[in-house]
Amino acid sequence: MPANPSGVSARDGDVLVMVGTTKGAFLLHSDGSRQRWEMDGPHFPGEEVYAMAYDGRAGRRTLWAAPGNAFFGVTLRKSDDLGKSWSGKDERPVRFPEGRDLSVARIWQIQPGRETEPDRMFLGVEPTCLFESTDAGESWSPVAGFLEHEHRPYWTPGNGGLCMHTIVLDPADRDRALVAFSTGGVYRTEDGGATWTPRNRGVRAEFLPEKHPEYGQCVHKVVHHPSRPERLFLQNHWGLYRTDDWGDSWQDVANGVPSDFGFAMAMHPHDPDTVYIVPLEADVFRCVPEAKLRVYRTRNAGESWEPMGEGLPQKDAYETVLRDAMSTDTLAPAGVYFGTRSGKLYGSADDGESWTLLREGLPPIVCVKAAALS
Amino acid sequence: MVLPGQLRDLARGRARVDLETDPATVADALGALRARLPAVYERLVTEEGNVRAHVNLFVGADDIRWSGGLDTPVPAGAEIVVIPSVSGG
Repeated sequence: MPANPSGVSARDGDVLVMVGTTKGAFLLHSDGSRQRWEMDGPHFPGEEVYAMAYDGRAGRRTLWAAPGNAFFGVTLRKSDDLGKSWSGKDERPVRFPEGRDLSVARIWQIQPGRETEPDRMFLGVEPTCLFESTDAGESWSPVAGFLEHEHRPYWTPGNGGLCMHTIVLDPADRDRALVAFSTGGVYRTEDGGATWTPRNRGVRAEFLPEKHPEYGQCVHKVVHHPSRPERLFLQNHWGLYRTDDWGDSWQDVANGVPSDFGFAMAMHPHDPDTVYIVPLEADVFRCVPEAKLRVYRTRNAGESWEPMGEGLPQKDAYETVLRDAMSTDTLAPAGVYFGTRSGKLYGSADDGESWTLLREGLPPIVCVKAAALS
Repeated sequence: MVLPGQLRDLARGRARVDLETDPATVADALGALRARLPAVYERLVTEEGNVRAHVNLFVGADDIRWSGGLDTPVPAGAEIVVIPSVSGG
């Protein structure tokens, strides 16, 4: 077994990049220059880690991770000392009620709540459901309006499983949130989770006879900027969209991309018009087009996209970036980070203008989350 | 009950757990395990009450998949062995 990881010793202003892989988690950190990175790990060796999060609310420096495997199930682990120790090994607080014929197979998303409610947290799990905690993650319950949703029998798993991978909160309205899952699409609540309504108008379902159903889309990722929460961007299983009205309608913004298929999508931390994606050639060939690894960036809310390849391999790069494997930090200029299924981790310290290979040889990367420590 | 290496730290380092009861079936044995070591039980059984897909339980030399599942009889003094599947990548 690998040596025990020792955790991260970091100062305020340092940047932490959490990397979840199919065989454990790694913590990379750097000072604010983001030029030299130290790596700690693997944490949870041998276990897949599809979800990680940093919670810096209310003065915390808490890391969350959801390691698990097909043998013994998934757990939710917490560290208050930047990975030196993790609690939660003996517990399984995330579980469906008995008698529901549902078992948590994987945790796909860990979402700290709004700044104004620092003890509230959310999880997106497989089979698709939203879980909520109101005691800073000590205990969890499925959101009843989602657990009991009348559409549940009709939601079907994609290749990755029936996964809730996206949780978007309205920073100003505690009653409004939006989730996305594959397959099923986008659903929104306006009443604090009691009811959820599909919000997929304009989003196509290429794999169904009816191309624009009310629900059933295979949405891969949705992002927004807190300063303009009603505007969201969506990477679909075929399709790249934007809404300006919290998902009431979606417009195609695949303007100038080599493919509108892809998984990863990340929001710029300061500019609500800037978004990053990594297009893939097709669902039947999930590698970057022309074997050139390029991040595409829009700085005008999807009116146009530009390839950002400086420092990335432009030949024989048969790479795939999965839905949660790209993230931004909160510095200026923004740090942008992504990981590949081939175990390479790339970073940019200049808004995506140029890229550096931070690590290679890691297990397949399924999750990348960045945070500036405060 | 004999545990694989991955689960032993949830059983205070032990490879063998004496259930201190005489379960009639595998279901009874898992119930006794749940009472003594709930964290280990949770790793073996889903919320739906099924043995996880990649967990194999043997009573003696018999895989319970082919000998009655959770209703498989447990002879007095028999060992139940937990073996993870040879799956994964």
